[in-house]
Amino acid sequence: MSHSTEAGTVPHPALQVPYRDLDQQRETATLGMFVFLLTELMMFGGLFCAYLVYRTLYFPSFQEGSKHMDLAIGAVNTAVLICSSLTMALGVQAAQKGRSKAIVSWMAVTLLFGCTFLVLKGVEYYQHWRAHEVPGLGFDLASSTAGVDIARVQLFFVLYFIMTGLHALHMLIGIGLVTWITICAGKGRYTEGYHNPVENVGLYWHFVDLVWIYLFPLLYLISRTRT
Amino acid sequence: MAEHTVPKKIYAAIWATLLAMTLITTLVAFVDLGRFNTVVALAIATFKASLVVLFFMGAKYTPRLTRVVIICGIFFLGLLLAFSMVDYLTRLWPA
Repeated sequence: MSHSTEAGTVPHPALQVPYRDLDQQRETATLGMFVFLLTELMMFGGLFCAYLVYRTLYFPSFQEGSKHMDLAIGAVNTAVLICSSLTMALGVQAAQKGRSKAIVSWMAVTLLFGCTFLVLKGVEYYQHWRAHEVPGLGFDLASSTAGVDIARVQLFFVLYFIMTGLHALHMLIGIGLVTWITICAGKGRYTEGYHNPVENVGLYWHFVDLVWIYLFPLLYLISRTRT
Repeated sequence: MAEHTVPKKIYAAIWATLLAMTLITTLVAFVDLGRFNTVVALAIATFKASLVVLFFMGAKYTPRLTRVVIICGIFFLGLLLAFSMVDYLTRLWPA
């Protein structure tokens, strides 16, 4: 299908200067979104790097820290985000076919999964709070193994809260963006030719899922069995 | 040129694979593989991430320029992690 604007045809109202046609405009928007997501990747990358370095240096303390994670909630949340990525992908596909009602339905389901994730994360944070596992606020490990440096376990929790907290902030922003897309799709703003915002919010949502795909094994899984 | 739309069946297959991989990685965490627990967990995470980037984010169907940009970003992240680790891992080596 061509959206080219040869003489005599009316250009699509969404087509902006300097783009030749809507496909070129969309490809440029996608490229720009990926460049933005790569800056996000480098921001999270710095935190992952800090985690990797300190995990290597203070291995026994980080292993102790991992034992205080709620594996069940972590695993369920991973599944929840994977489901939300599926519904988001289906929503973007509905946008590519210009089906506004389908966009609204898929985005609503995505929102539901996103909120489920945040509620479970909140429950987890509350459990950490109750167990005195929040660094700086009466941090005290009741059931820690003898010979483990409490200050270094606290460092594990500092990184845990910063990494999952930054991820949760991204989830909140994502929920805001998906709500906006749902409202605009309800007004019939997106068509087969123009749906860049839906695609780019989709890319953002999948990126946030990607970060969690790495956070889950690094924080919850890899230190469980080694003694 | 119309946009490439992925069949719903492929999306469903990717979703099922991602969920299965999550289950496997969680179960493997309870088996003591020594150093290989980390290797297996990160290999599975990378496999899952590749599926998300290629299919859900549609990197497989984007123009070559976009793919080059994505690969560059991953390369620089690798550079950050690799060079930092080379530094820290060799600090305790005897001179």
